[in-house]
Amino acid sequence: MIFVAVGTQLPFDRLVRTIDEWAGKAPGRDVFAQIANGVYTPQHIEWARSILPTEFQASLERCQLLVAHAGIGSILSALELGKPVIVLPRQAALGEHRNDHQLATAKRFGARGMVRVAQDETDLRRLLDQFETPVSETKITNEASPELIQNLRQFINQATCYKRGA
Amino acid sequence: MSENPLRILAVASGGGHWVQLQRLRPAFAGHQVTFVTVGPCDTSAVAPAPVKLISDANARTPIRMLWLLLRMAWIVLSLRPDVVITTGAAPGYWAIRFGRWCGAKTVFIDSIANAEQLSLSGRLALGRADVTLTQWSDLARDSGPCFWGSVV
Repeated sequence: MIFVAVGTQLPFDRLVRTIDEWAGKAPGRDVFAQIANGVYTPQHIEWARSILPTEFQASLERCQLLVAHAGIGSILSALELGKPVIVLPRQAALGEHRNDHQLATAKRFGARGMVRVAQDETDLRRLLDQFETPVSETKITNEASPELIQNLRQFINQATCYKRGA
Repeated sequence: MSENPLRILAVASGGGHWVQLQRLRPAFAGHQVTFVTVGPCDTSAVAPAPVKLISDANARTPIRMLWLLLRMAWIVLSLRPDVVITTGAAPGYWAIRFGRWCGAKTVFIDSIANAEQLSLSGRLALGRADVTLTQWSDLARDSGPCFWGSVV
């Protein structure tokens, strides 16, 4: 199953429409999309506007691929389960977000080889077609980098001294 | 629990902020953590730690922001945490403001989504939190934010 997620806050019709039309060209593709309050309603795939966090997690576990906006929650949750991710970043110029931070997120995670980045709808269709042949993927742990954990532990320990001294 | 467990208040908005906060949990080991986030949320993910649910707000929703501020004030002042840790956004900023009033050590971790500039709440936290962190080393400055690593 291909799981499509646009996050809870904003619609993302450009993503939903591209995948719906792609799925329509080859019936039998198992796609489930969470579309928020988009205007476009899919014709060829299963969809829901919003799903509970537990359903989101269950869909991620069941899918072979996540196709999403470049939201950190979607990306990290999929990578924690070792699921391949294709992102289409939201663009402010198209009214898809307040600013272009998703372009930066996509670029940085893409450069690390953690996600595949679709530059536009054509690119997304190309990546979806490519995905028909499975590839090995990145899996990340469910913990922050050892460096950050260690630094935060030190910070917390300093608070202990502070408390004792008080 | 360690010999002297601290009260840690760990705060995040929903979605990516909450996913990032959960990835910091090993840093809290041995302490008494209370989580605050935006519902709906799968609270079993951090069980048995208690989770308080709030409604989020941002600069464009002033009434909700006022409500969030009052709710965070109540949560922080009733819990009296020793440490406040947040991955943003607005709820974390307020938790830090009120946390400092009651003498907590505070750290604001800007979302990894902000790869090119610090978020608005991150910029507001600078100078107000004991430590403000960016997750991108090239955004770190001597005057803050600092870079201590990232959630990935």
